[in-house]
Amino acid sequence: MKIHEYQAKKLFRDYGIDVPNSVLCETNEEIEQAIQKIGVPCVIKAQVHSGARGKSGGVKVAKTLDEAKTYARQILGMTLVSSQAGSKVVNKILIEQAVNIEKELYLSLVFDRTNEGVSYILSTEGGMDIEEVASMTPEKVFSALINGEFNPEKDVKKLGFSDEISFQITDTLKKLYKMFFDKDLTLAEINPLAVTKEGKVIALDAKVNVDDNALFRQSEIEAMRDKTEENPLEIKAHEYNLNYIKLDGTIGCMVNGAGLAMATMDIIKQAGKSAANFLDVGGGAGSEKITKAFEILLSDSEVKGVFINIFGGILRCDFLAEGITEAMKTQKVEVPVIVRLEGTNKDLGAEILNKSGLKFKVVNSLSEAVEVLKGL
Amino acid sequence: MSIFVDENSGVIVQGITGKEGSFHAKSCLDYGTKILGGVTPKKGGETIFGLPVFNTVKEAVSELRADTSMIFVPARFASGAIREAAEGGIKTIICITEGIPVLDMIETKKIVKANGARLIGPNCPGIICPEKCKIGIMPSSIHKRGNVGIVSRSGTLTYEAVYQLTQNGLGQSTCIGIGGDQIIGTSFIDVLKAFEDDPETGAICLIGEIGGTGEEEAAEFIKDNVTKPVVSFIAGQSAPKGKRMGHAGAIISGDRGTAESKISALEKAGVKVCESPANIGITIKETLKGI
Repeated sequence: MKIHEYQAKKLFRDYGIDVPNSVLCETNEEIEQAIQKIGVPCVIKAQVHSGARGKSGGVKVAKTLDEAKTYARQILGMTLVSSQAGSKVVNKILIEQAVNIEKELYLSLVFDRTNEGVSYILSTEGGMDIEEVASMTPEKVFSALINGEFNPEKDVKKLGFSDEISFQITDTLKKLYKMFFDKDLTLAEINPLAVTKEGKVIALDAKVNVDDNALFRQSEIEAMRDKTEENPLEIKAHEYNLNYIKLDGTIGCMVNGAGLAMATMDIIKQAGKSAANFLDVGGGAGSEKITKAFEILLSDSEVKGVFINIFGGILRCDFLAEGITEAMKTQKVEVPVIVRLEGTNKDLGAEILNKSGLKFKVVNSLSEAVEVLKGL
Repeated sequence: MSIFVDENSGVIVQGITGKEGSFHAKSCLDYGTKILGGVTPKKGGETIFGLPVFNTVKEAVSELRADTSMIFVPARFASGAIREAAEGGIKTIICITEGIPVLDMIETKKIVKANGARLIGPNCPGIICPEKCKIGIMPSSIHKRGNVGIVSRSGTLTYEAVYQLTQNGLGQSTCIGIGGDQIIGTSFIDVLKAFEDDPETGAICLIGEIGGTGEEEAAEFIKDNVTKPVVSFIAGQSAPKGKRMGHAGAIISGDRGTAESKISALEKAGVKVCESPANIGITIKETLKGI
């Protein structure tokens, strides 16, 4: 799960990591007071889950009060477009005190999958894309896997600052490390971390990703979930404990198991179509859950056909068939529905589908499914 | 022969009194697996299916002489259950549970290793040696004993492959799901090594998916160490970047973990990679014919 910069900075404050004063605004009325309080120069920052806020005009520095007001009104409510995150409306902005920057650094902690641990990354080149820095000038990036005791002092020294500044950077890193484990993070990135002309180290940006699997014990973070950042169908699916991801194709698919769901998307692509979603209904789904899943699939207006591919292991094919027929009785289905059932109680499931009097195209193998999908 | 477990494995089930645990313990028992008993804290002294339940793994191991454990404990307690198994003397730990926080697994994996145990999973369907033993949640009926070894990061996609093999008249030596998480106990390489050494296994089917570098490492290993034919399928060829496709580990981060990278590495290592998941069975059949 991602959280906003202002939320991450709240966590930073809780852990004693220095951040500039700021005020969050959600309406135009709040802007004036916020600017009065923060003063100028200040930075106006769109609060959206997107990496390239600066490039798409979502971050601006204001030198005068008038400038600040103009920028704030511009950014609040604007639509930011980025290749990564698509288009997003800015519902919240952060008005933040500008600092006298002497030097911008990069600092992060990240769950390192290859090494199965947590690594830190430091660089003298802050404010840039760290992957680019690492490939162009690897000598400016210092990173290491944290194994046992956490002693980043040696690498911090390589950044070339005085003992006092180095101490502050190390201190920031150690506080971030504590926060990383306390809050079940998978990424905590400060880019840039500024060294000010006054000799202070301060986090100008904050990017934090949280392990979804750990949210059961992170109620403070769970409460930070911003549903406006999520697709409405994904939110609805989440409520029914369905693993649904909206994609941009036209064939809705319902599958049990993540691997088979991905393979089903691949089959759809082979047939020259593309999947409208990823949907794993899970192992133990009953017929009610299947009904909900089917409703969600059909409420996507892009869907021109549905492919249900179930390999019944724990999930019984007869439950599935009941769920689908139930859903099709209560709402009008105007698109073709292809069903492939295999495994536990396959015959019972097929019988329910056949007796329902509803229209299905039943296929017996994945190869047959490809052929039928081609004709849609 | 089969790999990692066989008909002599003595199995306890951690979480045996729960809904999932009891359902699958029964199914494994019916398959002929030597399920000796189970562990559920505070339920020691009870029995289920006529089998004893203990409060701790340590007690179960000393009373039952179990060497293998299958874990169905809820995610918030599962890493603790794995540690308890490793420290309690279990040698092969099969963790079915999905959704364990990743930071919990860093230390847990080290503890498993320090105790000389093997962990399979978590977030996996388990392991089956057809007609010998099943320690997992896979549907028994689709399997048939034979000489194809299957290793996979997925559950239902493995069933799909098994089903296609059985339909084509090909049986399996061992089918093992290594799990869809970011940190897993047993890697593709561990399984490939075991299949290569297993006289019953004649061909290997490797089912991978987007995310991580396990398949690329497997390809590197196959090049120099595997003489048996390997057929593969990689799921997620049409998956978008940056989205987690159900499994915690199935995500393309930046340009890393793509299906293209995995397919190209495997093909370079001489592995036959199926373009379509519909062709896994037939491809293995043809590969075996060619030998």
